[in-house]
Amino acid sequence: MASFSTTATVDDPRISLGDDGILPPVRGGGDDGSGPGMPDYATRLRRARLGLLVALTPILMLFVSFSSAYVVRQGLPTLDPRTNALVRDWIPVTLPKLLLINTGVLILSSVFMELARRQIRGQASLASAKSAPGVSVVEQIRIPWLSMTFVLGLVFLFGQWAAWRQLAANGFYVATTPSSSFVYLLTGTHAIHLMGGILALFAAGIASLLRRSVATRSIVVDVTAWYWHFMAGLWIYILCLLEFAS
Amino acid sequence: MATHEFAAQESHAHAGPQGFIRKWVFSLDHKVIGLQYYFLALAAVFVGMFLSLLMRIHLVAPTAILPFLGDIKPETYLTLVTMHGTIMVFFVLTTAPQGGFGNYFLPIQIGAPDMAFPVLNMLSFWTTFLGFIVMLAAFFVAGGAPLHGWTGYAPLSALQSAGPGEGLGADLWIISIAIFCIGALMGALNFITTTLDMRAKGMTMMRMPLTVWAWFVTAILGLLAFGVLLSAGILLLMDRNLGTSFFVPLVTINGQLTGHKGGSPLLWQHLFWFFGHPEVYIAILPAMGMCSQLLSVFSRKPIFGYKAMVYAILAIGLLGFMVWGHHMFMSGMSPYTAFAFSIMTMGIGVPSAIKTFNWLGTLMRGRIRFTSPMLFAIGFVSLFVSGGISGPFLAQPVLDIQLHDTYFVPGHFHLIMGVASIFGIFAATYYWFPKMFGRMMNESMARWHFWFSFIGTYAIFMPMHYLGMAGMPRRYSQMTEVSYLHGLIPLQKFITYAAFVTIAGQLIFLVNLFWSMFKGKKADDNPWEATTLEWTTATPPPHDNFGGHTPVVHNGPYEYSVPGAPRDYVMQNDPEIKPAH
Repeated sequence: MASFSTTATVDDPRISLGDDGILPPVRGGGDDGSGPGMPDYATRLRRARLGLLVALTPILMLFVSFSSAYVVRQGLPTLDPRTNALVRDWIPVTLPKLLLINTGVLILSSVFMELARRQIRGQASLASAKSAPGVSVVEQIRIPWLSMTFVLGLVFLFGQWAAWRQLAANGFYVATTPSSSFVYLLTGTHAIHLMGGILALFAAGIASLLRRSVATRSIVVDVTAWYWHFMAGLWIYILCLLEFAS
Repeated sequence: MATHEFAAQESHAHAGPQGFIRKWVFSLDHKVIGLQYYFLALAAVFVGMFLSLLMRIHLVAPTAILPFLGDIKPETYLTLVTMHGTIMVFFVLTTAPQGGFGNYFLPIQIGAPDMAFPVLNMLSFWTTFLGFIVMLAAFFVAGGAPLHGWTGYAPLSALQSAGPGEGLGADLWIISIAIFCIGALMGALNFITTTLDMRAKGMTMMRMPLTVWAWFVTAILGLLAFGVLLSAGILLLMDRNLGTSFFVPLVTINGQLTGHKGGSPLLWQHLFWFFGHPEVYIAILPAMGMCSQLLSVFSRKPIFGYKAMVYAILAIGLLGFMVWGHHMFMSGMSPYTAFAFSIMTMGIGVPSAIKTFNWLGTLMRGRIRFTSPMLFAIGFVSLFVSGGISGPFLAQPVLDIQLHDTYFVPGHFHLIMGVASIFGIFAATYYWFPKMFGRMMNESMARWHFWFSFIGTYAIFMPMHYLGMAGMPRRYSQMTEVSYLHGLIPLQKFITYAAFVTIAGQLIFLVNLFWSMFKGKKADDNPWEATTLEWTTATPPPHDNFGGHTPVVHNGPYEYSVPGAPRDYVMQNDPEIKPAH
C-alpha cells in the first residue's frame, strides 16, 4: 500500500535539440558545451561512444552472418552432371601476399589514429585549462596524425583493389568458385565500411577547417578512432578466416 | 498540473525551425518524424489492403475481368501475395508501431527533448521512404513485381529467369528490403541510445512505461536481426547478378543448366528466418506495450505485475532468436533439431501467457472505461490469444507438416502478427491522437470502426483455420476447379465478402482521422487522466517537448487509485508516493 505527500519538483532547464545529428544534441551547436542548457563534454562523449557501440552491433552481425554462410557453403557438395557423383566445388584461393602488406598498412593507420585521438583529447584538456584565469599554454608543434591516417586508409583501399586485380589475374573471379566469391564479398564489404571511416576522417578535417570547437572535433575523432580500430580488428579476423579456414 | 508549472518559464523553450521544408519535410524533430513514419505506414497499409482484395476476388472468381486491371493470371496472383506480404510486414507492421509511435513518444515518455541523434533519425525515415518507393517501382518495370513470396525463397528468388517478375522486379524487391534494413538499423541505434542515455532524472529503467520497454527491446531485436537480413540480401543479389552460387544448387530451367551449382536454398531459409522470426516480435512487441499501457489507464489500476511484464518482454525477445527453425520443419531437418526448435517455440508460450494473465489481472476488478482505445486494447488481447493458441499446434513438427502449406498458417499469423499488431496501432492512434493533434477523435465513428474491424477480423481469419484443417493449400491461385475442395468454396466466398466489409470499415477510420484533425473537439492536455510524461506537457508538445524543462520523475508509470492521493492517478512527476507502513 502506498500513501501520498505533497511538494512537487521541477529541475532547471538542462538540454535541448541538437544541430548536427552525428553528435549528441547541443543547443546552438558546436561550442564547448559550457553554456546553460547543454550537455557537457563528458555527456556528449559518452553518448557518442554509446551510439557507436550500438552501431557496431549490426556490422558485427553482418559479418557473423557472412562467416556462418562461409562455413556452411564450404561443406556443401554439388552434383557433377558428367559423372552423376557428388563432388566439392570449393577450390581454396591462394591469397595475394599484397594482403599482408595491406594489413600492415591498416594496423599502422590504426596506431596513427590512436595517436590522433590522444592528441586532440590533449588539446581539449588544454582548451579548458587555457580558459582558467592566469594560465598560459605554450603550443607545441603537432604531427598531423589524422591526415596520415586518412592517407594510409586510402593506401589500404588502393592495396585491396590491387589485390583484387591480382586475384583476377590468377583466374579467380567473383563466380569462379565459392571460396573466391567469399574473398570478394568479405574484402569488398569491409572496404565499404572502411570508406565510412574515411568519410568520418574527412568530416573531422572539415570540422577543423570550419574552426568548430576542439571539444566537438575531439568527439568526432574519438568515435572515428574506435570505429577505425574495430575495422582493423575486423580485417584481421577476415584475413584469418580466409587464410586458415579455406 | 505540471504543464502550468512549466508555463511560467516558457521563455527557456527552444524554438523549432519555421520554414515548411525544415519543419515538415526534412525535420529533425522526432515528433514530426514519427508522424512521417505514421503516414507512410498509412499509405502502405492501403496499398497492401488493395492487393489483398484483388487476391480475395481472384480466389473466388478466377476468371473475372476487373475494371482497369483485366484478368488476374496465376503468376499475377503470386505477385499480389508477395507484394501484399512484403509491404504489410515491412512498411506497415514494422514502420507504424516502432517508427511512428516509438519516434513520437519514446523521447517524451522518458523526459528527453529529442532522440540522441536527430539527423540520423531524419535519415532513417527518408531511407525507409526511399525503400518504399523502390518497392512500388517493382510494379512498373518490365516483367512486373516478383512472385517469390515475402520470404523470397531461393532458388526461385535467386534466378532471373525463374519466372515473370523475377528479373528487374525481384532486384528492386531485394534492394528495397536492403534499404529498409539500413533505415531500420539507424532507427534502432537512436532508440537504444536515447533510452539508455537520455532518461530524465528519476526515470529509472524500472519506472519506464511498458511502451518504452517494448520499443527498447524491439530496437535491440532489430539491431540483431536486420543485419542478418541485409547479409542474406547481399548474397542473393550476388547470386542473381554476379553468377555466384550461395543459394542456388545445380538446377536447370527448361532443360538448360543455369550455370550455378553447389549452393544451398536452405542456407537462405536459415538466414531469412533468423531475421524472420524476431521480425514477428518486432511487429507485435510495441503493440503489447501499448496494450499494457492502455489496459492500466482505462482500468484505473496499476498494471498487474509490472516487473513480470518487463521480464516477459525480455524473455520473448531472447527466445525469439532461438526458434527460427520452426519455420523450416518442412525442409527435412533432423527430427532431433526439430524437437529442439519445437521445445523452444513452445517455451515462448510461458512469457506470452504471463503477459496475457497480467492483462486479465489488470482488467479484473478495474473501474473500466470503455473508450475506443480501450476497446482496441481489449481487442488486441482477444486476437493475441486466438492467434496465439494455434501457435503450439504449429510448433509441433508432426502437426506442422500437415498444416504448414495450408490456410491454417495464414489464419494463425494474420491473427497474431498481422491484425493484433494493427489493433495495437489503432489503439495507439485513438489514445495519442489528442496529444499529437490537439483534438479528440470522434468516438461514435471510432466505435463503429472497432466493431467492423473486430467482427470482420474474426470472420476473415477464423474460417481460414478450418480451410487449413480441411486441407486447402495456400499460395495456389485457382482452386475452384479442384473437386475435393468444392465443398470449401462457400467458405472462401464468405471470407471474401467479410474482407470487403472489413476494409470498407477502415474507411470510417480514415474519415475520422482526417476529419478529427481539423474538426474534432479540442483536447485537454491530459484527456484520459493518464500518468506518463507525455500527458504532463502541452498539447501538442512544444518543439523541445517540455518547454525548456526536463521533468523530474518520482513515481512509476501506472499509479492509479493510490490511497490518499487527491485524485485517482498520480503522475510520474508528481510528488513521490511513499509506501505506507
